[in-house]
Formats: sequence, structure tokens, C-alpha cells
Amino acid sequence: MRKRLKRVWQGIRQLSGDDAYERYLQHHAAHHQHEGSAPLSKAEFFKRWQDRLWSGIKRCC
Amino acid sequence: MTHLAKTIIWILIAVLGASAVGGIALNRGESINALWFITAAVCVYSLAYRFYAAWIAARVLVVDETRATPAERLNNGHDFLPTNKWIVFGHHFAAIAGPGPLVGPTLAAQFGYLPGTLWLLFGAVLGGCVQDMVTLFLSTRRDAKSLGQMARDELGALGGSAALLATFAIMVILIAVLGLVVVNAMKHSPWATFTVAATIPIAMIVGVYMRHLRPGQVLEASALGVALLLLSVAGGGWLDDQPSLRGGFDHEGLTLAWWVMAYGFAAAILPVWLLLAPRDYLSTYMKLGTITLLAVAILFLMPEVKMPALTQFIDGTGPIFGGKLFPFVFITIACGAISGFHALISSGTTPKLLSNERDIRMIGYGGMLLESMVAMMAMIAATVLDPGVFFAINSAAGAVGADPATAVATISAWGYPVTVEQMQTLAQQMGEATLFARTGGAPSLAVGMASIFGSAFGDGLLAMWYHFAIMFEAIFILTTLDAGTRVGRFMLQDMLGNIWPKMGETSWTPSVIVSSAMVVSAWGYFLYIGVIDPNGGVNILWPLFGIANQMLAAIALSVATGILIKSDKLNKAWVTGLPLVWLIIITSTAAWEKLTSSDVRIGFFAAANDLSSKLAAGSLPVEKAKIAPQLIFNLHLDAYLTLFFVVLLWLIVLDMLRVAVRHVMGKPVLPLTETPHSPSLLEAEWVRD
Repeated sequence: MRKRLKRVWQGIRQLSGDDAYERYLQHHAAHHQHEGSAPLSKAEFFKRWQDRLWSGIKRCC
Repeated sequence: MTHLAKTIIWILIAVLGASAVGGIALNRGESINALWFITAAVCVYSLAYRFYAAWIAARVLVVDETRATPAERLNNGHDFLPTNKWIVFGHHFAAIAGPGPLVGPTLAAQFGYLPGTLWLLFGAVLGGCVQDMVTLFLSTRRDAKSLGQMARDELGALGGSAALLATFAIMVILIAVLGLVVVNAMKHSPWATFTVAATIPIAMIVGVYMRHLRPGQVLEASALGVALLLLSVAGGGWLDDQPSLRGGFDHEGLTLAWWVMAYGFAAAILPVWLLLAPRDYLSTYMKLGTITLLAVAILFLMPEVKMPALTQFIDGTGPIFGGKLFPFVFITIACGAISGFHALISSGTTPKLLSNERDIRMIGYGGMLLESMVAMMAMIAATVLDPGVFFAINSAAGAVGADPATAVATISAWGYPVTVEQMQTLAQQMGEATLFARTGGAPSLAVGMASIFGSAFGDGLLAMWYHFAIMFEAIFILTTLDAGTRVGRFMLQDMLGNIWPKMGETSWTPSVIVSSAMVVSAWGYFLYIGVIDPNGGVNILWPLFGIANQMLAAIALSVATGILIKSDKLNKAWVTGLPLVWLIIITSTAAWEKLTSSDVRIGFFAAANDLSSKLAAGSLPVEKAKIAPQLIFNLHLDAYLTLFFVVLLWLIVLDMLRVAVRHVMGKPVLPLTETPHSPSLLEAEWVRD
């Protein structure tokens, strides 16, 4: 039961983008570590993430 | 479970579904329980999903779970990203479900509950869901290309330009009509106006919080926003009791319309993080929360539907909008049955997240089923009202008479008894001065929702529930308005960029201001006319929106049918071909009636000529004579716009048929642009944890 609740909570966080930075850090560690570049700060990442999310048609009637 | 047990369960669902649909269709009693509607919907949707959608996925589209999706092949960590299917479903549903499925069924309830309900059930499973799913599939196979791009690549330049023009036109009409719905909900209601106005600073507070105070803490900021929204509903109630303050929020429709336009312009040029993004968060939570609450309340309360199955207005004399049952019920309910707009989300946006082709059925078909369910609940909320009350709220002054006594006399004479006292008591309960002629669907939906919530969770807070419902509708109508204006601005900048490249730079300030102003004036014009029109405006604008939206659906289905035929699946092309034929029939008939009908409430030219002759004869009252030239001009404009839509529709269909016939005869056509097969390397467990 607790495990299931935790998964629902994770789903909510992922849907809303609440954990986007954590996922970005994981992605960065997995794919871009060797390039030697430091990951973006949370504020900087969130700025880019939000601006990108809002290009194109995102909402309907 | 054994095969036999499964078969028995599906047979039981089929029997139950058939009885529920039969019960709804044949009931001629005083009232019918809303639970029948929910049962019918759940059974029909489950059967369609289990059998029809599965058959389309397996045999028509032939989805291939071993094939890498664009999200996997082009994975760049942000735009293209394989995502858990429930998360994709959530994003997809939040994107497709706007205010449309709430407004359409409410207006269509003037024909009685039956036509709209049947169209929602069968239009969705045979048309809308198929369109969404097939478009999602085709775009997934084409590197997540947009509908317009696919039309250009597969059919030719005509299809591509038509899709672009249709999208722009729909955006303009949609925003105008939604703006009108909000204006009508706020007209002379300080409580509603304050609450709706408060959503703007609340969104900004949330925006600043997310961006600067606690960057990236999305849920925290949203919780704060939702709390403030609820507080603003209560605050509006307090303000309504303060004689010194309420005057500041008590306005005429026209004043409010100017404010809505100013707001739209500001929202289009302000940075997204300040207004648009936080507002979108809030509206998504409010939408999901309220719809869940409504579903729970309906199940818990099991309200009686009081509207008859059919009303006399199927003959075309309806007070909410003119026009016979056929074709106008199919035009009025677009979202919830079939909505062309969804094709824009299903192509381009959602495929970039899809981790496996096997989820196309659940996201494309299932997402639309859920939207249809939302529309069904709106239908229930509209029809649980006494029919007399429903018509009194939704009929414009021009249709039933401007003063309450005349209005109730007219409506009671139709056989739907209602009294002035009843309307006054109701208005008082809802915390409003009057509920007469509050056209647009939002107030009657809010009254319906408030009475359902009130009965389920306590009667004492009716006014609170009513204004909560108004706030809930307004917040995502305004989100569509902001987002639509912005998208319209980008499209316009793109088009103008072809003429003068400098205009195409989306961040060049003069271009931003000029193009935003152009988009706002386009929808602002229709909003302005809608507000000054004594017949309520919705009567004209909503059918126009329906025709435009169905035309976009026809474009999407033409692209799909064309591709199916080019893929040598002629014998299965009826899957998209039949809904396409139906859309062509209803759109063309509706357009024909709008152009040629001699009934002044239906035909644009008839109304224009009638007004001109009355103006010339001097038989119009002074106020009406003053606005008559504008109304006449607008009626002509609407007529040409309708003609333009229908010509565009036929051009695309004929273009698709040309491609199909050439292919069948073995002549060369544009090649299929499907991306070649590359094996998926994603472990199923990895994405589905």
C-alpha cells in the first residue's frame, strides 16, 4: 500500500514537472558526464525547461 | 481468468450497455436517473476500447511494439523523451480537454437530452477517438511531424496550407466565443468578476514563486495557488456584500469585453513564466479536481434528469441557437464527440513522449474517451435543471423578451413552466442579481453543478459552489484564451515572415506587439459583435466555431484516409473514411443552411436582409438602429467565412481523392514518408516502472 502511494506521488511529481530537475541531473550524470561540463543550477534549468515547454500548441478547446 | 469467463463478462457488459442506451432512448417518463447515462457511457466506451480500438490498432494500423518510436530514436533528454505511458496519458488528456466539452453539450441540451447523448457516445467511439488515435499513430511513424506538415508531405501543398489556415481561423473564432462565455458569466456579477479578475494576480504570484522565490518547486507553488483561488471565491462573496466595493466590479458586457481584450493582449506579450505557465498549472489542477468531484457527486447523488428526451426545438425554432436537429446538434457538440483540434496535439506534441507504439490505443483512443465522459457529465449537469429554468438562463433577451415577466411567459407557453419568483429565489441562492438571459452555457452549467454539489455536500453553500464553478470554467477559458492568442501570434509571425523576414523573428519586440495586436483585434472583433448582438452572439459564433472545428477534423481524417489508401489498405480505409463522409455531410449541410436558409435565425444573408429592410423602413428601435449597420456587415462577413471554410474543406477532400484515385490506378503519387523500421532497444520494464 505504501509503495503504491509512493508511486502515485511520483507520478504526480513527474506529471507536474516537480521532479524535472532531479531527472535532468540523472540524465546529465548518465549521458553528459564525460563532456566535463557541470550541470545547470536548479534556477537556470527551470528557466530553460519552462520556456521550452511553452513553444507550440499546448492547449486545445 | 479463463477465456470463457472473460467472454461472459464482455457479453454482460454488452447487454448492460444495450439496456442502458435503450432505456435512455425509449424513456418517455417524467424524468430519468443520471446513472443510466453513466452506465451507458461506461459500457459503450469499454466495449469500443476493448474491441474496436484493439482491432484498429492490430489490423488497420498494425502497431509494432518492436519498433523504436521517435521519442527513443531522437531522444535528446527534453523534447523527445520516452516517458511512462500514464504520464503521457496525463499530459495528453490535460492538453485536449478544454472548456469545449462543457459548453457544447449544455447548448445542445435545447434539443432534449437524447440527441446530444447519442452523438457523444457514438461520435466519440466511431469518430473522435479514431481520429485522435490514427493521427497519433501516423505522426509517431513520421518523426512526430505536425498535421500540417503531414498534409503537405502526403497530399501536397494545398492540404498543408489549408491545415494552417483552418487552425488560425479556429483559434480566432474559438477565442472569441470563449471570451463571450466568460463575459456573459461576469456581466453585472461583482462576485464572479472579482473572482475571475483575482485569478490573474494569483497566477502571477505563483509564477514569481516558481521562477524566483523557490525555483522549480512546482507542486508547492501550485498548492499555494489553489488555496488562493479558493480564498478568492470566498473573498468575492464578502465583496458582494460591501456596497462601497461591489460597484467597482459591477460592469456591462461591453466594458468587460474590452477588459478581456486588454488582458489577452497583455498575456500574449508578457513572458510565459509570469502568467501563462502558472495559470496553466492552476487550470489543470482545478479541471482535474472539479471533474473528479463532479463524477463522485453524480455517482453519490444519482440526480434525476428533468429535461425531456426530445424537445419541440428539433424543428429548428430553438431559443438558444436556431437550426434543426440535423445537422446542428453535430455542429454544436464538437469537443466530446469529434474535435479536429485534437489532431494538433496528437501530431507533434504527444508522439515526442511516446515510448512504445503499443500505447497508442490507450493514449489516443482512451484519452478521447475520457474527454467524451467529461462532456457526458456536462450534459447531465445541464439536464438536471428544470427545463424551464434551463431555458430561462440560456435564452437571449432577443429570443424570449427582455423583461422577466415576458421571458417566463414565453418559456412557460412552450410547455416548460417557470416563474419569476422561482428564478429570483434561484438567483438569490446562487448569490446573483439575476439569472435571466445568461447565455453562453457557463452560468447554467454552474447552476447545475452547484445544485449537484449542494445536494451531495450540503445545501448551505450553494452560492459558494456556483461561484466556484464559474471560477473553474473561467480559469481554463482564460488559459485557452492566452495560449490561443500566443499560438495565433506565432502562426501570424511565421506567415508574415514569408513577406518580410524581420517580422518572422518571434522575439523582435515590434513584431511581437504588431502581431499580437492583430490576433487580438481579430478575435476581439467577433467578441465585440457577440456582446452587442441582442440575440446573444453565441447563436452566431458557436455554430461558426463548430463548422471550423469539424472542418479541421475533416482535414485530419482526409490525411489519414489518404495515407491508408496509399499504404494499400483500401479495404480498411473506411475506418477513417466513414467518419470523414459524415463530417463532410454535416459540415456542408450546416454551411448550406447558414448561407441559404430564409429563416432569419439561421441564414446569415436572410438575417442581414431582414435587418437592412427594417433599417430602411425605420421600424427598428433607436438603439438597435444604431448598431444595425455593424450587425449587417458582420452577418455578411460570417457568411463569407462559412463559405470559405466549406470551400477549403471540399478542396482538401477532392485533393485527397485525387491522390487516392491516382494511387489505385497505379499512377505515381507523393511517396509515403514513413520513417523506416528501427528496432526498439528500450527494455519494457525500464520505461514502465
